[in-house]
Amino acid sequence: MTEGRGAVPLVEMRGITKRFSGVTANRDVNFSVEAGEVHALLGENGAGKSTLMNILYGLYRPDEGRIFLDGKPVIFRTPRDAIAAGIGMVHQHFMLVHTHTVWENMILGVKDTPFVLPKKKIINRIAEISGHYGLQIDPSAMVWQLSTGEQQRVALLQMLYRNVRVLILDEPTAVLTPQESVRLFETIRRMSGEGHGVVFISHKMREVMSETHKVTALRRGENAGTVATSETTEEALAEMMMGRKVTLDVNRSRLNAGKTLFEVRNIRVLGDRGVEAVSEVSFSIKQNEILGLAGVAGNGQQELCEALVGLRPLLSGEIKMNGCRMEGSSPRRFIREGIYYIPSDRKGVGMASGMDIVSNSIIKKYWSKPVGHGAFIDWRNSAACAKRIIEDFDVSAPSLHTPVRNLSGGNLQKLLMGRELSEAPKVLIVMHPTWGLDVSATRYVREQLLAARENGSATLLISEDLDELLALSDRLAVMFKGKFMGLLDDPASVPTEKIGLLMAGAPVEAA
Amino acid sequence: MKFRAEKRIDAPVWMNVVVTLLFVSFAFVAGGLFLYTQGVPPLSAYWIILRSSFGSGYDLSETVVKALPLAMVSIAVMLCYTMLIWNIGAEGQALLGALAAAAVVRYFPAESRVAMLSLMAVAAAVAGGVWAGIAGFLRVKWNVNEIITTLMLNYIAIRLLEFFIYGPWRDPSSLGFPMTKPFIDSARLPTLWGTRVHMGLFALLVLAVVMEVIMRKTRWGYEIRVMGDNSRAASYAGMNYFRGVVGVMFLSGAIAGFTGMCEVAGLQGRIQAGFSAQYGYTAIIVAWLSHLSPALSLFVAFLMSSLLVGGAALQIEMGLPLASAAIFQGLILFFVLGGEFFLNYSVRLDLGPAKGPDAHEKYAGGGG
Repeated sequence: MTEGRGAVPLVEMRGITKRFSGVTANRDVNFSVEAGEVHALLGENGAGKSTLMNILYGLYRPDEGRIFLDGKPVIFRTPRDAIAAGIGMVHQHFMLVHTHTVWENMILGVKDTPFVLPKKKIINRIAEISGHYGLQIDPSAMVWQLSTGEQQRVALLQMLYRNVRVLILDEPTAVLTPQESVRLFETIRRMSGEGHGVVFISHKMREVMSETHKVTALRRGENAGTVATSETTEEALAEMMMGRKVTLDVNRSRLNAGKTLFEVRNIRVLGDRGVEAVSEVSFSIKQNEILGLAGVAGNGQQELCEALVGLRPLLSGEIKMNGCRMEGSSPRRFIREGIYYIPSDRKGVGMASGMDIVSNSIIKKYWSKPVGHGAFIDWRNSAACAKRIIEDFDVSAPSLHTPVRNLSGGNLQKLLMGRELSEAPKVLIVMHPTWGLDVSATRYVREQLLAARENGSATLLISEDLDELLALSDRLAVMFKGKFMGLLDDPASVPTEKIGLLMAGAPVEAA
Repeated sequence: MKFRAEKRIDAPVWMNVVVTLLFVSFAFVAGGLFLYTQGVPPLSAYWIILRSSFGSGYDLSETVVKALPLAMVSIAVMLCYTMLIWNIGAEGQALLGALAAAAVVRYFPAESRVAMLSLMAVAAAVAGGVWAGIAGFLRVKWNVNEIITTLMLNYIAIRLLEFFIYGPWRDPSSLGFPMTKPFIDSARLPTLWGTRVHMGLFALLVLAVVMEVIMRKTRWGYEIRVMGDNSRAASYAGMNYFRGVVGVMFLSGAIAGFTGMCEVAGLQGRIQAGFSAQYGYTAIIVAWLSHLSPALSLFVAFLMSSLLVGGAALQIEMGLPLASAAIFQGLILFFVLGGEFFLNYSVRLDLGPAKGPDAHEKYAGGGG
């Protein structure tokens, strides 16, 4: 396990090509990971990162090209083969059985597990590994009781339990607090120090610069270059990835906020399990203002959003729009009052994804002119409306009648944003607007949110990406276990560590 | 060497048609094998089916008579299926419609044919609609599975109908047969061209057109399609899923109830035991085979009905059980739904890299 760098790579992919019904996802890609190396894989959405890693993990088979392990050719038909050969992957959405305990999840699919489970042995083994890598976890906890960060630890342990030597991490920090990220990087350093290879997929340049040894950028399915991290810069990497110079920052102009538009007072909301998910939350948003809401996913943000647009009933409290009470109103009344919502689950909530672009474009205005026409729908006006959104918001789609599910993530989000923003929303509730988007789409979405702010929208922006919140918000609130931990008036001047502490539930004074 | 299936993005229309026709013919090949095992030459059996359902003007009219309720009920259920609500209780809803129509004839007889028939139609539609609406309400209010409730309501409807025709409504002059008194003349649907085809045919054509327009052109049809595609997106857009489900179930039941009324007023002119001949279930097959399109269902119902008529002829001429027609229906549904796989996926032979298996054997297990 102690081959030096520059010797035979731990794993090498040579000349990988993969096509999906006519679309080339990977073309002649070379990629290798050496022992003890943390190797970042960068690329826009659709650049072929996932395809390449899914090939390495045995989910797809390449049309051309070979994979070598310690210099010897191997073929993976299934992830089981890949794991047996020592290659593991932690997906963005963990593949865990929620109704099982941590230790039961460990042995899922492990071939030589005896029929009667040696519980004690397994638990000891887990304790050993988790102690060694700093992955604290209670082996008998049920997975559904764990936070996202803890679930990620379970997924990591699952791979380490199988003795993998190469670990692929797909955007691992997207779901973590800053503190949890720091701990994850400690684990990663420990692994690489012991000669494991780590592939690290991320959109966050800062992490890539500070935590990796090498970077490979993919562009339109091809390898756009592999460089040592110490010999490059964020700008150079972005250029490699995009094929042209890009600026990453957005410009937030100074604006004086207008009058208070949207007020929430002491609202309490139940979650799906009947537990109070939002407790006694109060805030207000003014015109031309973005209120950021930081917090790790699952701390009541989803329930809060749903309550704010009438999709979830309030236990108590008030919602006021322009001074008018809104609680108890139908979702449609919220829309008519100009309160628009961009949900985080774009396909599951925001779109009827089996229907075409036209049908999805009119979903929030089919009842009024010019789209609605008495009991009928004017499909010509609908198509015109869809066309306008596509042009104004730069959505690329084969035709207006393409089912929405066939759009790429970035285009789907642009269509969704375009639909909501083209209604000139008075209040805009936005959740995870750049989740899973690549650099250029992310930038575009952020610019659109700022444009809406300049046009007078009062925006509540919920995000897990602190950089995003700091770049866009006029004020910042932090949510933890259903409560607001604090409201910061000038977020840019507050140290990140303090926000991180609030996200982890520390009271304001301590932070 | 292995077959691999990969998801196809969009299958063109011609492929839909070709694949469907291809798999229908496969169904007939499989059916032929079945006939062969029964000692019946398949080709002559198929000839009998063709001749008996299309051979003469009379045969043709009988095929139409049987196609009528099939098409109408399939239009009723496809409305629910578009919304992913599984109403399999059209049978019971039709029975209840017939029962309500008979009640109107019994207790409020009218001289005027227009008045009598409209009253019967309204009663039948309301009865069928309420019957289905109950299941719809239970579904959205307490999340009770509508497949179970609609099926159970079928049995209740059957028993209810039997109660009346064996009991209070039995015709004293029927020599003990379980049937109501014949309807008065004003309660009979006029028949056409001296055949048993009745005015229900026009009702069906109007219904098919109206339903096509509702589904494609109206706000309500749009809502139904959005709710069927993604009920969460529908709520998010401010649509009322509760009202949507109950409304669709009511309309679906109303159409089925109206079908039941057409059957009794157009054909028997009275209610007899077991009058519906399981149209409610065959219509489910028709709805799926016609891809939930009201217009297409007219065509599919006609073909299905020719199988029904042909099945009866096979029974008489070749001594095959009547169930053979049902076997054919099942085979066709089975093959056509199977064929959909090829519309959604493209299948190709996967040869793999030349030395694939060896390398795999050698190294895949070696790590870790």
